[in-house]
Amino acid sequence: MKLVTAVIKPHKWEEVREALETFGVTGMTVSEVSGYGRQKGHTEVYRGAEYDIALVPKIRIEIVVDDGDVSDVSDIVVKAAQTGRIGDGKVWVSSIDSVIRVRTGERDEAAI
Amino acid sequence: MDGYYAWMIVATALVLMMTTPALALFYGGMTRSKSVLNMMMMSYVAMGVIGIVFVLWGWSMGWGGDGVGNGNGSFIANPFHMFALHNVSTSNYIYVLFQLTFAVITAALISGSIADRVKLSSWVVFIVGWITFAYFPIAHNVWGGGWLYAHFPNLDYAGGTVVHINAGVAGLVLALIIGRRVGFMKDPMKPHNLTLTMIGAGLLWFGWYGFNVGSIVFTSDSAKSAAKFSEQFYSETGVTFMNTTLATMAAMLAWLLVERIVHGKATSLGAASGVVAGLVAITPSCGAVSLLGALIIGALAGGVCSVAVGMKFRFRLDDSLDVVGVHLVGGIIGALMIGLLGTNTSPQGKDGLFGDMNGLLYGGNATLLGHQAIGVLFTIVVSGLAALVFGLLIKYTIGWRITEDDEVEGIDFAEHGETAYDLATSTSRLGSSSVLSSSVKEGVSA
Repeated sequence: MKLVTAVIKPHKWEEVREALETFGVTGMTVSEVSGYGRQKGHTEVYRGAEYDIALVPKIRIEIVVDDGDVSDVSDIVVKAAQTGRIGDGKVWVSSIDSVIRVRTGERDEAAI
Repeated sequence: MDGYYAWMIVATALVLMMTTPALALFYGGMTRSKSVLNMMMMSYVAMGVIGIVFVLWGWSMGWGGDGVGNGNGSFIANPFHMFALHNVSTSNYIYVLFQLTFAVITAALISGSIADRVKLSSWVVFIVGWITFAYFPIAHNVWGGGWLYAHFPNLDYAGGTVVHINAGVAGLVLALIIGRRVGFMKDPMKPHNLTLTMIGAGLLWFGWYGFNVGSIVFTSDSAKSAAKFSEQFYSETGVTFMNTTLATMAAMLAWLLVERIVHGKATSLGAASGVVAGLVAITPSCGAVSLLGALIIGALAGGVCSVAVGMKFRFRLDDSLDVVGVHLVGGIIGALMIGLLGTNTSPQGKDGLFGDMNGLLYGGNATLLGHQAIGVLFTIVVSGLAALVFGLLIKYTIGWRITEDDEVEGIDFAEHGETAYDLATSTSRLGSSSVLSSSVKEGVSA
């Protein structure tokens, strides 16, 4: 089992979700996060005073998938979230040891 | 004249709205989210404190004489002569209330320069002292027939000197005495909610019609015949309303234009600020200039103030919400431009109270400009001295500042035990304080 984590542009979230649903992903965890990468932040001007805004708002999606689906799911996210411009985000995959469904107590593959 | 009296009631309520909530919203949106409540509270508390002080001894000190504005030519009027409106006819109460609203907003305006960092108790002590020794004497001298009026009558239709320069100078002096916020010019201190500021600016604009158009009260002279005053009322209110409107529009556009050229973008804060700068500058001049004059004054105020607000960083002056850059600078522009653009065809020119009203650009001599400059200087000196004395007095007795830790954590919680926002996103259940609030509920009902 793997955890696919994607940090993407907020306005791309709907497209990513639709693409994942079409593929058959049944659930995910989504949070609003802030951060920065190579694009850095941006500058805002208020009454002539410039402020460096270091953090950019992003959406983080976390999906637990079977080993066999990892590359498909990752590719779907990348394809749907891509604009080709700086600040598109990142997708990474990490291993997880076990998963338990709270309602039934089912474990691992059965719980995904 | 019934229509006039009815209008004064409405105008008074409009100016009350300018402090609460308009100014509170305008300022509140510009602070950080951890200090918005304190910012708004400074306006609300000023309303309570100054309103009562005004009725007790303010009216007597400003308009002491016969109770309807006839002055004594002296620098100061007796605060006890009409203490608590003693011997003031109830039919004059509405004029007392109209002036009360001006004193309130002048005090509240100062709070913008010292945002996020002062004890509420010190603020209350300061405004009582400053309003007594700066505002009331200045109002007496400019409007109440005091010394300045007797020797150098200057034109201030609705409060360019008495309200805006006055508040601007006090704000400057206090910002210097109280010092910068922790992290000034290092930490980001950008406005936390510009929608509040936009609403506040819009409400200020709306309320300002009470302020400026209601200031026909100053030219209502009991010696005039009813017919003559009626005629004046009809012609004058239209002009002051029109001038106020045009100047404000021009100032907003000018501010945005400067921003667009200098920084590349026209901002909402720029629009809100331009509106206020224009209103400030047309306040003293709305009864003394033509429509073209109003447009020029507005455009000038918007352009100059938009540059002036950036100057504080050069002096490392933490005038947090630009009381100096908007109210002092805008007020001076409005007051002095009368000396150039004043005209005999304006309402105050026709009224004849001030003699030849033609400014330099209308072929007049420099007397008018000279009197305007003296009025500005007089206000700067009196307001500055009073702010200096009371500012230092408080600094070395009860103290101005909350502790540095409290300031960093946020003055809202430190001074008021409250936080402005408990915003949970639709997916978040962590933000609600259900456990605590239920125990509080029990405590209250018990």
